[in-house]
Amino acid sequence: MTRYAIVADLNRCVGCQTCTAACKHANATAPGVQWRKVLDFETGEYPDVSRAFVPVGCMHCETPSCMEVCPSTATGQRADGIVTIDYDICIGCAYCAVACPYQARYRVDEPSAAYGGGKTMRHEAAREDPARLGVAQKCTLCVDVIDAGVAKGLVPGVDMGATPVCVASCIAGALHMGDLDDPDSNVSQLLREKRHFRMHEEMGNGPGFIYFTMAKSRT
Amino acid sequence: MTPIDPAPMVADPVGLAAVSPKPQTSWDWRAAANFMAGGAGTGLFAATMLAGLFAPVIWGAAFAALALVGAGLFCVLLEIGRRWRFLNVFRNARTSWMTREAMMAVPFFAFGGLSWLTGWVVLGWLGALFGLAFLYCQARILRAAKGIPAWRKPELVPLIVSTGLAEGTGLLGVVVATTTATGVPGLGMALAALVAARFVLWKRYRRALGKTGAPVQTFRVLDGPRSGLIGAGQAAILALAGYAMLGLPLQGLALVLAGLAAAGTGWLFKYTLITRAAMNQGFAVERMPARGAGESAPGIKPGWTTA
Repeated sequence: MTRYAIVADLNRCVGCQTCTAACKHANATAPGVQWRKVLDFETGEYPDVSRAFVPVGCMHCETPSCMEVCPSTATGQRADGIVTIDYDICIGCAYCAVACPYQARYRVDEPSAAYGGGKTMRHEAAREDPARLGVAQKCTLCVDVIDAGVAKGLVPGVDMGATPVCVASCIAGALHMGDLDDPDSNVSQLLREKRHFRMHEEMGNGPGFIYFTMAKSRT
Repeated sequence: MTPIDPAPMVADPVGLAAVSPKPQTSWDWRAAANFMAGGAGTGLFAATMLAGLFAPVIWGAAFAALALVGAGLFCVLLEIGRRWRFLNVFRNARTSWMTREAMMAVPFFAFGGLSWLTGWVVLGWLGALFGLAFLYCQARILRAAKGIPAWRKPELVPLIVSTGLAEGTGLLGVVVATTTATGVPGLGMALAALVAARFVLWKRYRRALGKTGAPVQTFRVLDGPRSGLIGAGQAAILALAGYAMLGLPLQGLALVLAGLAAAGTGWLFKYTLITRAAMNQGFAVERMPARGAGESAPGIKPGWTTA
């Protein structure tokens, strides 16, 4: 079996938002919609300050609450764990949006472009998709890139031609993607080396997005 | 030099404001209206048919109940993004409480409508049963919305059901007291019992929420006057319903006021719950990263509290 997941090394992430920009460029999401974004946690008072940049988005959960509540079966899950939305079935009730503990889902009802005034940039025009209006939308894990790459014999997470653009664009090497079910995959090896957690684990969704905080060799 | 207007900010703010729970924006008054009208409508239909055991069935109230539920569902139709695909709502009975709600609505309208047209009480009873199932599904819809801490509490389910029944019984009291319909014995007592039960369930829900924690803003809203179910208001309803049972002058007025207040406070509660108290989960980190040679600091969950 295959279970794709993203891992984010919080020690490495510098909050540059390159993944955010790459995602917006690749998917031409509307203003205000960020399928991938990096949160900024800053706590404490000088000199005791902690700061973490935390990439978030659809967690492609093992048991997605969005899929459970979806009345139309538009939200589905592939055998490799990727959570999908069928834009042609979705009724746009937004039940999935309130069922997602990660605020990963959006609904855009009207066409809109970054610069407004009805003018679109080249990448917006190229990726314009009326089917995405009035329905739920979220990170696809660049499933089209993954599928095209796998068809060519490439390995997602290793070969950039089969890797989601947020991971491929990360300048700090903070984002990794790979197959959790393969013990020899890049992400499985990293999980063995680093202390890690999953956000809102208590919700029971089993998010497929894992965060590293430090090497296991450190105390 | 002419200043250049900056582009409107569309991204989230930086800092903890971006990671703290924020109000959900997916469901607005139209979704709230479905819970308000659907709960009161199914409650009214059930109360009407139950009252029919003790007095002639008030078919006008049954029709009003059907209209209420229909109006609530129409509001949902206005809310969804692809209205012409509404029939797709029936596709996931296996796991979706929204599908189940829609499936219960069909026999509710079928049996309820036929009973109103023909006067057959048995059909009305069937309609009432499916209406109660519809009400239960509504409560479970909220329970299944894992992203909203104020909704996902199991204790919310009996509260939503009880307020629907209290609202419906209250509205039946209004109908009985303001029309020529024959009085229904025990209606004031039934209303008082349902309002009292609702209050107990409200306190139970609020305690459970405080125990597990929720966004700070959720507590602020629910503990304010807009929660609808504060003790003084519910006590006043009980007093009015009690007065209506005593057979004193103006008992009809007391029943009308008690009924309107029971329905109104229930509606206010649900409107507040759906639109104002519904903060999302927010974000959290279990451990902060260890920078350089520094130590990993404890994680944080901004914007949450227990109370």
